[in-house]
Amino acid sequence: MAAGTGNSIIEIAGVTRDFGSFQALKGISADIREGEFFSLLGPSGCGKTTLLRLIAGFDEPTSGTIAIDGRPMADIPANRRPTNMVFQSYAIFPHLDVAENVGYGLKTRRMPRAQIAAEVEKALEMVDLADYGRRAAHELSGGQRQRVALARALVMRPKVVLLDEPLSALDKKLREQMQVELRELQQSIGITFILVTHDQEEALIMSDRIAVMFEGRIAQLASPEELYRHPRTKRVASFIGVMNFLPATFVSRDAAGVTVDVTALGRVTIPPALVPAPLDSATIDTVGVRPEMFTILSDRVEPAERATPGTVTGNSYYGDMTYYTVQLDGGAAPITISMRNTAGRSVLPSGSRVSVGWGAESIVLFE
Amino acid sequence: MGLKLDREARSGLLLVGPTAIYAALMLAAPLFMIVTFSFWTQNYLDIDRTLTLANYRTAWSEPIYRVLMVRSLVISLIVTAVTVLLAFPIAYFLSFHVTRRKPLWLFLITVPFWTSYLIRVFLWKVILGFNGVLNTALLDLGLIDAPLTFILYNTNAVVLTLAHAWAAFAILPIFVALEKIDRSLLEAAEDLGDGPLRRFLRITLPLAMPGVVGATLIVLIPTMGDFITPRLVGGTEGMMIANMIQVQFGRANNAPLGAALAVSAMLVVGVVSLVIYLAGRKFGGRVR
Amino acid sequence: MKRSGRGTSARWLTIYAVAYMVFLYAPVVLLPLFAFNDATVVAFPLSGFTTDWFAALWRTEALVDAVRNSLVVAVAAAVLATTLGASAARAAARYRFPGKGPVMGFIMLPLVLPEIIVAVALLVPIMQLGLSLSLWTVIAGHVLICIPFSIAILSSAFQGLDISLEEASLDLEESRWGTFRRVTLPLVMPGVISSLLICFTISLDEFMIAFFLTGTEVTLPVYIWSQLRFPTKLPSIMALGTLLLALSIVLLVVAEWLRRRAARRQGIEASAIGGLM
Repeated sequence: MAAGTGNSIIEIAGVTRDFGSFQALKGISADIREGEFFSLLGPSGCGKTTLLRLIAGFDEPTSGTIAIDGRPMADIPANRRPTNMVFQSYAIFPHLDVAENVGYGLKTRRMPRAQIAAEVEKALEMVDLADYGRRAAHELSGGQRQRVALARALVMRPKVVLLDEPLSALDKKLREQMQVELRELQQSIGITFILVTHDQEEALIMSDRIAVMFEGRIAQLASPEELYRHPRTKRVASFIGVMNFLPATFVSRDAAGVTVDVTALGRVTIPPALVPAPLDSATIDTVGVRPEMFTILSDRVEPAERATPGTVTGNSYYGDMTYYTVQLDGGAAPITISMRNTAGRSVLPSGSRVSVGWGAESIVLFE
Repeated sequence: MGLKLDREARSGLLLVGPTAIYAALMLAAPLFMIVTFSFWTQNYLDIDRTLTLANYRTAWSEPIYRVLMVRSLVISLIVTAVTVLLAFPIAYFLSFHVTRRKPLWLFLITVPFWTSYLIRVFLWKVILGFNGVLNTALLDLGLIDAPLTFILYNTNAVVLTLAHAWAAFAILPIFVALEKIDRSLLEAAEDLGDGPLRRFLRITLPLAMPGVVGATLIVLIPTMGDFITPRLVGGTEGMMIANMIQVQFGRANNAPLGAALAVSAMLVVGVVSLVIYLAGRKFGGRVR
Repeated sequence: MKRSGRGTSARWLTIYAVAYMVFLYAPVVLLPLFAFNDATVVAFPLSGFTTDWFAALWRTEALVDAVRNSLVVAVAAAVLATTLGASAARAAARYRFPGKGPVMGFIMLPLVLPEIIVAVALLVPIMQLGLSLSLWTVIAGHVLICIPFSIAILSSAFQGLDISLEEASLDLEESRWGTFRRVTLPLVMPGVISSLLICFTISLDEFMIAFFLTGTEVTLPVYIWSQLRFPTKLPSIMALGTLLLALSIVLLVVAEWLRRRAARRQGIEASAIGGLM
């Protein structure tokens, strides 16, 4: 999982970007490590594309600095930066064929023809387009265009490859396939990839680390697992995956952990390891529980740390999973519970009385 | 304003600069000068530079200029109306009924306009003349006993010739507007119970309005300034204001009066165009 | 019932379209007829076939001069107008800058000014400054009226250009000039050629401005105008008109063909009117 050498390849320090009175970036600082797959994740308008364009050199920060490979990038234009970009529209030159597209940058470098041809062929092989060199740009499918754009960037042997929503134009099946392929390719060549995406699932699948951005700020920068398991804010928690929010009140904090009263679930103590460092106990009014952290206990006795009674109020069948909405006795709003449809487990109809199992470790505290 | 906006603005201004300066030097300055000129007086060979409204008084009160101005406007409006009315069905036909050979039709419509304008106007004279093509043909067919005389050297001839000259300029904007209409809107109107005529009046025509207004202005404005057609086929009755402007700058050697006539004509065209534009906007509703 | 009603209206429209085409082509068809007609009067009936009128063209020195003048003016006007039009169209399509609306509106103004106003407006300062009229004054006027056409043609070309293509080129280490040469220019080339051809044709046929601003060296339309008064010259004018028409058609077909080829190569649907408007 942990890829890269740990050395920083890109250092972003206090970067802001104003467009007139609108502040697209409000002070971004982050180090991106050499060889890692890094994602900028956030809803549209959060500033993730703006940040990527600042790194690429298409735009300049209003304040703050960006250094790539130890060199400050102020006043260095896009064409002299060791980064290459895969554009959202792919930006395949329509008047050039595939090989000419891939060899475009090498020709800029005045590389001899034969060498360009060899490099292009290698790059096309890398993206599984070995015999496509003479195809016209418009004869390519969406997925093939994406591969050509990637080959065109990789052939430059950049320090960093920047990907701006590279899979958003593809249909679901192809997108899922490309997510895996891109990840594997990145790991095999070991170049730093920075991906901009609004798709949290895509970011989770592909990245070593993810920076979640809202309104021009990084809300949390962490590994996918950390991000999913321990979202620091309610906003991050609801942006990544599904989260049940339950009203809660603070009781006490000691060596055993943080104790809270949670509506419907009762009093629970969260062990210190799961308590976020900069927690202001006084502000606790909500805790989170992921749907899969609840279990609907069947008649066969299953081990559960705690159990709370409730009534099924609805279900959505997904094939491998069923999502239930359950009204816990004494709870405010119904909660969502996801259950794997394992053998012998049938879908419970609305109105069924159930016992919901959970544990202290499933409770997420927010800053 | 951030740093980037300034840079972007600078790049934009730098690029548009030469063209804008050219337009300023070759259009703004001359237009300003001609307006100034119209307030001066011609004294035989000299120009009296005292500012005076005398030229405008002459231009707006002397019957000959007033008659010419009104006639020019009336002829231009008739020409425009005739041209646009004749063009609309063609644009409609192209947009809604021609399916396979659209580019060919468009090409065929534009070809006649690549003939020299002067020669085209002259050919109408040949067609409409006393011994012209039309009269010869009609006489030979025995449809008439004597050559028709009401077809040349009068307003009819000017209208016909100009309607021909500006046909493509009227057809194309209307065609473009019609092509832009989402066909499902028409189906929706039909689905909601409109017959073909109501559908045309309630959907097609309002949505085509920007094109119709465009066509109207494209035809009206240059027609007002034309003096070739009136000279060649209009006779005395078909003479227009542009002929008078040309005479003032030429033979009559009264450039200030010519300038005043030109500015007046420009104002008249401007006001009429604005009225048409606003009327079109009103009828077309909130299109665009 | 409804269906047959629609069929009738379609039939009437088709008949109308054909009649309209007859109206459009009536004068055009006469042109070659009289050009090859073996008679000094331009009237029916036709008397016989001759190519004398074409041969006479070459021997008319004033005409040859006028053609040469017109070609010089048209080429110069087309190149200058397209250059100025391209940079303005590019600025309008790519950048935001203060005063953009008014500036662009003003540059496009000649499109909605009667030509006689433009002609007279240019004549006044030339008279005032005591400059002499020459082909240059005609070129200056033609550039002014061609720029809006050039911008109209080229702004669609520049607007259709995906900005990320240029960014991709910069990203691949190409310079700004190299990007222009290798990406921007090839992609807007069909528009540039269209603009050149349209401006050339407009200038070649422009009479009003040339009439006012021409000096001793006349352009072709001014020459034609002067000849229309002499009935004996008319058959040669018909021959000249025929040649001009043929030239225009060839240019148009070539322009359209180039545009379609470029569009096909880029896999863009060639719209029916793109090249003409």
